[in-house]
Amino acid sequence: MSMVRPPALERAPGQARFPWSHVAGYALSIVLTLAAFWAVLGHALPTKPLLAGILLLAVLQILVQLVFFMHVGQDSKPRYHLWLFSVAMFFFVVFVVSSMWILTFNTPIS
Amino acid sequence: MGDSLTNTAGHFFVTGDPLIIASDVAIVLVSLGIVFTLTYFKKWKWLWREWLTTVDHKKIAIMYLISAILMLFRGGVDALLMRTQLALPNLGLLSAEHYDQIFTTHGTIMILFMAMPFIFAMFNAVVPLQIGARDVAFPYLNAISFWLFFFGALLFNISFVIGGSPDGGWTSYPPLTELQFDPGVGENYYLLGLSISGIGTIATGINFLATIIKMRAPGMTLMKMPLFTWAVLGTCIIILFVFPVLSVALALLLIDRLFGAHFFTMMYGGNPMQFVNLFWIWGHPEVYIAVLPAFGIYSEVVATFSQKKIFGYKSMVASIMAISIIGNLTWVHHFFTMGAGPAVNTFFSISTMAVAIPTGVKVFNWLMTMYRGRITLSLPMLWALAFIPAFAVAGATGVWLAEAPTDYQYHNTYFMVAHFHQALIGGVVFGMLAGMYYWWPKMFGFKLKEKFGKWAFWFFNIGFYVCFTPQYILGLMGMQRRMYTYTADMHWTALNFVSTIGAYLMGIGFLCIAAQIIHSLVHMEKDLTGDPWGGRTLEWSLPSPAPHYNFAVIPQISDRDEWWERKRRGEQDALKPRPEDIRDIHMPKNSGVPFLMGVCFFIAGFGFTFGWIAVGAAGLVGVLLCLAHRSLDQHPDHDIPADEIRRTEAALGRL
Amino acid sequence: MAVRMEEVLSRRTGDPSSTDHPGHRLELSTEDGVTKIFGFWMFLVSDVLLFASLFATYVVIYTHTANGPSASELFGHDVSGFLAETLALLTSSFTCGLATWEMHQGRAGRLKFWMIITLLLGLTFLGLEITEFRDFVSQGATLQTSAFLSGFYTLVGTHGAHVTLGILWMSLILYQLVRFGLNAVTARKFYIVGLYWHFLDIVWVLIFTVVYLTGVM
Repeated sequence: MSMVRPPALERAPGQARFPWSHVAGYALSIVLTLAAFWAVLGHALPTKPLLAGILLLAVLQILVQLVFFMHVGQDSKPRYHLWLFSVAMFFFVVFVVSSMWILTFNTPIS
Repeated sequence: MGDSLTNTAGHFFVTGDPLIIASDVAIVLVSLGIVFTLTYFKKWKWLWREWLTTVDHKKIAIMYLISAILMLFRGGVDALLMRTQLALPNLGLLSAEHYDQIFTTHGTIMILFMAMPFIFAMFNAVVPLQIGARDVAFPYLNAISFWLFFFGALLFNISFVIGGSPDGGWTSYPPLTELQFDPGVGENYYLLGLSISGIGTIATGINFLATIIKMRAPGMTLMKMPLFTWAVLGTCIIILFVFPVLSVALALLLIDRLFGAHFFTMMYGGNPMQFVNLFWIWGHPEVYIAVLPAFGIYSEVVATFSQKKIFGYKSMVASIMAISIIGNLTWVHHFFTMGAGPAVNTFFSISTMAVAIPTGVKVFNWLMTMYRGRITLSLPMLWALAFIPAFAVAGATGVWLAEAPTDYQYHNTYFMVAHFHQALIGGVVFGMLAGMYYWWPKMFGFKLKEKFGKWAFWFFNIGFYVCFTPQYILGLMGMQRRMYTYTADMHWTALNFVSTIGAYLMGIGFLCIAAQIIHSLVHMEKDLTGDPWGGRTLEWSLPSPAPHYNFAVIPQISDRDEWWERKRRGEQDALKPRPEDIRDIHMPKNSGVPFLMGVCFFIAGFGFTFGWIAVGAAGLVGVLLCLAHRSLDQHPDHDIPADEIRRTEAALGRL
Repeated sequence: MAVRMEEVLSRRTGDPSSTDHPGHRLELSTEDGVTKIFGFWMFLVSDVLLFASLFATYVVIYTHTANGPSASELFGHDVSGFLAETLALLTSSFTCGLATWEMHQGRAGRLKFWMIITLLLGLTFLGLEITEFRDFVSQGATLQTSAFLSGFYTLVGTHGAHVTLGILWMSLILYQLVRFGLNAVTARKFYIVGLYWHFLDIVWVLIFTVVYLTGVM
């Protein structure tokens, strides 16, 4: 099934000579991490908005990984794998949030 | 020394109970019989080369089917033991402890080691043929899936002769199943057996998703796929979303038991309800994992035996996809009585009722397909017909259970037991039997004879209602599930006795199926047409059974019911290969490594079951070595030369 | 759709000349490569839900400290440890991306160089994590201390086990690149282990946020 062929050495026309997008992705991920870090250590916001803020930064960070490093925009269509991955992320949120919701009656604090 | 050895052995091997000793003897005799037969007929090499090392989806399907039928037998014997114990008040056939073990193994085996391999048998037997592929996307992984299922099931099943069976119920709720309340190895067997086969299941989900998305014959767009393939697609999506959750739930409970963690313990802040939550995040969608393939089978069978196009194809597809998403959002209805509060219970009550809508759409579509069709009452169609009233009752009682306030009355009573048996037998088992009869000629090359099959159908169906209808009433009378006996003054005796009669009628039904298979083997009539039912989809354009490579030339698809349309236009020969189109075919090589990997997993599982961490770790190292071996294999494929294919096709009369 | 079908048709009939190259992406140059990469994405889907279950358990029990140390007591007094882990892993994701980029340029030597750097950063991360765990255990915070700590060690440890497996796996692919050179098969293998590596970074971002930062708060 697999065919071993010589590597395609020709560069596609207009190919960048420097991995700009990777460097940009890396810079963004560092900035986002440090922003979250400083926001928490410096108590930049009250607790609830702070929590929302760092979660938003985490989501952006995930998007950076997906777009800049996992090439999600560049795969050939149809992109069923992205649909399924997105639904998986949706269920990630559903299972985590609903578990908290369903089991809140049972915290030791109450 | 001698004494302590006997003692250890006494704990290691289960002794004492005459039923278990009888089973031990039976197992030893059957094993010896198998070894003797294989040796006498010099079949060991054949077994290894043709079966244990195969990566062919058609052979893997047969191995799944045999496993499923064997497990149906074991789970059925468990059921009959329970029904016998409950036939009359205060019977002493089973002790309370033994009864606990039997309802645990019955439930676990029927769901995970009978229903799951049965649906995978259908996946494997049908999907590649239906979509015009030569195998699944990852044949080697497919073999691994089977062997993980097999060795997981083996690990679970040896518990009752070595070390003791699990006895915490098939749901295995902590804190009861924590080490403190349930010492011994039985529960570990459950956790590890299910974990190992669960890995195989996830791999199967990945495999068939990739197969359906990436391997369809040219021209077969998604909306031209047969409905069984659509159902498999939906099933695989659910598998990927929820089986990992089960794996985690089991792993966390195992970490509690083996390493003293406190996820679900009563002390140090553990929360047993989180296990329940995780278990049902998997457990409810598991029902759809089992029933969607059955729905796919009904769609194929009803269309074929009504000689009509399926009614409402698009709404069928939409229903499958809706079920595979909404079905993941209903799980809390299994523990309404936990008391999470009105908001939570209301949400999950509504989502549960919502999932009945797409299911209802499908039922009406099947009925409309039959309407004014030319119906042939062959065995697959009989089972499909029997499904509809059974599932209607199960669905209706399901909606009662979905209402949180009334559920407080029904919860954990025989009403609920009757409901889910009616859903799982009426939905899944009927479907799998319909599928087995329908595709049996394609899998084995001969049809099953109707004679004993009709007997099986009537015994099983009448027994089914006789067994479970009284249980609804018993539930309303207050009989709880998992009671090992009851007293006469409860006034449950008559209904229980009737229910037991029903169970035995179903047992006779099963024996009739066994007789039917043997009878058909002895008086075999080969299916030379390849299309014994007047089928509609691509698999019926192939000889029965299909050659190793399935399609000598991959067909070009233009219609939903491609084969039917071709026949209607008198173009059957267009789907036969032309000699000049036949080229060499790349096929994967057989390999013993998937089997070996299963053995390594088994060793690991057995080691961890007994808390022998070194043995467990050694097994896992073996697994890693198997993976590395595969990665380094430079020649996993081989070519079948075109000449050989031409000869094979000519011998089949297709050139 | 039609184009894809023609491709599939010609590939199925075993005509190698029809195998096209979408751009310069060697890993997608065979039907086998495309299918395996899709399959791996499906594995990642299942892994997302595996971590979802662990996170769900963690958030349900992370306040259940049972008189043991709480998250803020454990993570709050020295934040440099988990920050260093985070930076090591983020950087390794970047260098892994560079390796993929070099592979797409067809430069096998640089690909191997960046793989080695990625592996070293992965080992650094693991070393930091093991040190952190040992430090916590020495303070009396063990898996058996409380539900919170069971959840913490299991969630973070499962990620660590994934990283360990990733290191072993990437080393095996590195060996194959050295041994067999860069071709459609080794390119696909590296691309897949790269996806895995980036995915572990995504999981870590969530651990960093939900476990460590929330703990410090």
